Amino acid sequence: MDVETLSRIQFAGTVMFHYLFPPLTIGLGLVMVIIEGLWLRTGDQSWKHAAQFWTKIFALNFALGVATGIVMEFEFGTNWAAYSRFVGDVFGSALAAEGIFAFFLESGFLAVLVFGWDRVGPKLHFFSTLMVFLGSCFSAVWIVVANSWQQTPAGYHIVETVVHGVPGLRAEVTDFWAMVFNPSSVGRLLHTLIGAMILGGFFVCSVSAYYLLRRKHELFSRRCFTIGVSIAAVFSVLALVTGHTQAERLADTQPAKLAAFEAHFETGPGTLYLFGWPDEEASEVRYGVGIPGMLSFLVHWDTRAPITGLHDIPREDRPAVMLPFQSYHLMVGLGTLFIVLSLGTLPLLRGGRAFRMRRLLWVYVFMVLGAFAANQLGWVAAETGRQPWIVYPSVQNGVEMPGLRTSEGLSESVTAGQVLWSIVMFALIYLLLFAVWVFVLNHKIQHGPDERASLPGADTGAPRGFLAAAAERAARAGSMTEAHGEDRADANPAGGRP
Amino acid sequence: MSHDTLALIWFGLLGVLLIGYVVLDGFDLGVGILHPVARSDEHRRVIMNSIGPIWDGNEVWLVTFGGAMFAAFPNAYATVFSGFYVAFMLLLFALIFRAVSLEFRSKTQNPLWRRVWDAGFFLSSLLAALLFGVAGGNLMLGMPVDEHMIVHQSVFQQLSPYPLMVGVLTILLFTMHGAIFLYLKTEGELQQRVERWIWRAFGFFLVAYLLTTMFTLVKVPRAIDNFEHHPWLWLVPVLNVLAVANIPRAMFQHRPVYAFVSSCATIAALATLFAAAIYPNLVPSTIDGAWDLTIYNARSSQKTLGIMLLIAIIGLPFVLAYTTIIHWVFRGKVRLDHSSY
Repeated sequence: MDVETLSRIQFAGTVMFHYLFPPLTIGLGLVMVIIEGLWLRTGDQSWKHAAQFWTKIFALNFALGVATGIVMEFEFGTNWAAYSRFVGDVFGSALAAEGIFAFFLESGFLAVLVFGWDRVGPKLHFFSTLMVFLGSCFSAVWIVVANSWQQTPAGYHIVETVVHGVPGLRAEVTDFWAMVFNPSSVGRLLHTLIGAMILGGFFVCSVSAYYLLRRKHELFSRRCFTIGVSIAAVFSVLALVTGHTQAERLADTQPAKLAAFEAHFETGPGTLYLFGWPDEEASEVRYGVGIPGMLSFLVHWDTRAPITGLHDIPREDRPAVMLPFQSYHLMVGLGTLFIVLSLGTLPLLRGGRAFRMRRLLWVYVFMVLGAFAANQLGWVAAETGRQPWIVYPSVQNGVEMPGLRTSEGLSESVTAGQVLWSIVMFALIYLLLFAVWVFVLNHKIQHGPDERASLPGADTGAPRGFLAAAAERAARAGSMTEAHGEDRADANPAGGRP
Repeated sequence: MSHDTLALIWFGLLGVLLIGYVVLDGFDLGVGILHPVARSDEHRRVIMNSIGPIWDGNEVWLVTFGGAMFAAFPNAYATVFSGFYVAFMLLLFALIFRAVSLEFRSKTQNPLWRRVWDAGFFLSSLLAALLFGVAGGNLMLGMPVDEHMIVHQSVFQQLSPYPLMVGVLTILLFTMHGAIFLYLKTEGELQQRVERWIWRAFGFFLVAYLLTTMFTLVKVPRAIDNFEHHPWLWLVPVLNVLAVANIPRAMFQHRPVYAFVSSCATIAALATLFAAAIYPNLVPSTIDGAWDLTIYNARSSQKTLGIMLLIAIIGLPFVLAYTTIIHWVFRGKVRLDHSSY
């Protein structure tokens, strides 16, 4: 295989592995804010135990997100040097802003979150939770802005640079805010964050449903399940809305991508497929079931409005159809399933009927995998649909700006053998990491919420300042993924009610 | 502000980020290298927990350094990162493996499980320190950069004697730094063992320091070019020597905090000397001096450097505050409890 294919495989593999963690931490951040807010309002200790449990899960995923995230930043330079030279002026500043504005906020307050339960007042602790949640959302902001700029570039111009007498092209910022608010960034950011919330909701449902099936931690599970289903329901509907507006925008900004999503070959009224098997050679969709004219209706509110087909796009500028088509349709299918399932469950929560429906609970135990998949598939569709461009060409103030092809973005000095070797190493290390992640996650879930974690009196003290709390911290030590009280609860009878 | 001034400021800010990273992660890596020194399981846990809550905050400095280099000097970022492909991949594996070892070693009681992660923690820390030094050594020597800013060099060519010497120096420097940090964090028998290791590490470091200095003056004579035009730069090596000399002095006087400050100053001075030696280059070309990558031909546009400076002015105080608070929170001796690794 050539360097381009290998580098794309490597980037796809490492970024997909990394992307298991950020949406989960963003989604769990919302859950923690809600649950801790409820504790603050009601003073009910079992809410506190629930918040502590989800904080532990959050911290584990955060640590893995950091470790796998450094890889992504390195890979822009190691594997995509020409791309880095081209976009550094635009993309780099967003990346640097992410490091400075988001990561420190998140990791700084996380220490308070994990270790601060008995050391700061509930309000200050809640504030820290809010900041961690905000930090995790910020980290999505900058990276999605940078990625959106590659899809729909704005606020820049292409400049010819001469270094060592050799001419080259690169993008330079002309208007920072136009770059940040490029045509697709807000819509894609919202859709990304909403996808993360859905994952958070289904993750909470999965763990709670598992406990309900095992008849463990009943109060905790009923409450968390209700919250999880509510989050999943609200955000699944919102995902439909933001997804739809994005598809509308695509027709203007990236018609080739939209055509690939729907395997739309000839310009004309567009069919909306439910599923199918696109055949590029024959320019048709085999075994396809779709609604003729529906795509045109969704984009233009008119079933006869023409949608640009792939055949009207120069061959060298077309993305391959199969991967964008299938990943997009699977994502939409999963999204529809989320809406039906979560909205259907809401009325069953009344009187706790849902908690006794074992089959439904089993569905929820595994639906979290669907939520992980939907988040991944959305990105697969977005990134494979962008091909063959790594930065899309655009028109700025009437001037045509050339894009950069993925094949032009590679590191010139790197050989296929080197990339292959690093893929094998990444595969080994990430397999190990994945196994350990599942092992530790399972360990924490089997352990369950710590119902005796906070002894009476821990919360009655007046709220104390952060520094006073920090001083007390000095005598203790721990890891970011271990809140206190992990082992103490082993003495707790299994399944004990709070 | 002029474009040249901005480029100079960003060269300086990258220096600050680099110093922040090597001073902070330097003791993290040193602690990892010293880890096998402890004989009992409890002592090993103490060693790991001395950095337990702070290592990932320290690595944020590396992330920010990388992001800032990408944004401020994209040509240098692209050339260096692709030129060091194999070395940097190994570095990434080492950093990931270190994080995993740290996080999961104490999750079960199984002695084999623990021994494997212990070995992983030690080796990945050692490898990371070596690779940082090797990268620095190669940048001192210059790299075969052609007119297209592409490096033509295999990883084996990068492992030539001088970079390896700098790599060994880095290992010994971090080991000494980590040992002094551990001395602050431990007590009793373990602390006595650690103290012996401070002296050993210091002895070896001193030898490597002198050898590397001589090697540098012979091999890279242009390293002191800038000192002729800016005589005040001589303050840096003078401070460096004083800081090195103050380490044994402070240890003799039983003032380990001074020793730690001195070893921080030593690292900061060495990083500054590195910057002073290569300035205004970022990557000197060994093929043709005209093809050097300098802060002027590798930089971003004036507008971007200005925006980034604003971002840094707003953000860096927060980063400093965050780092200070976390280190203050976790100061003092390590006590193992049920929440430790």
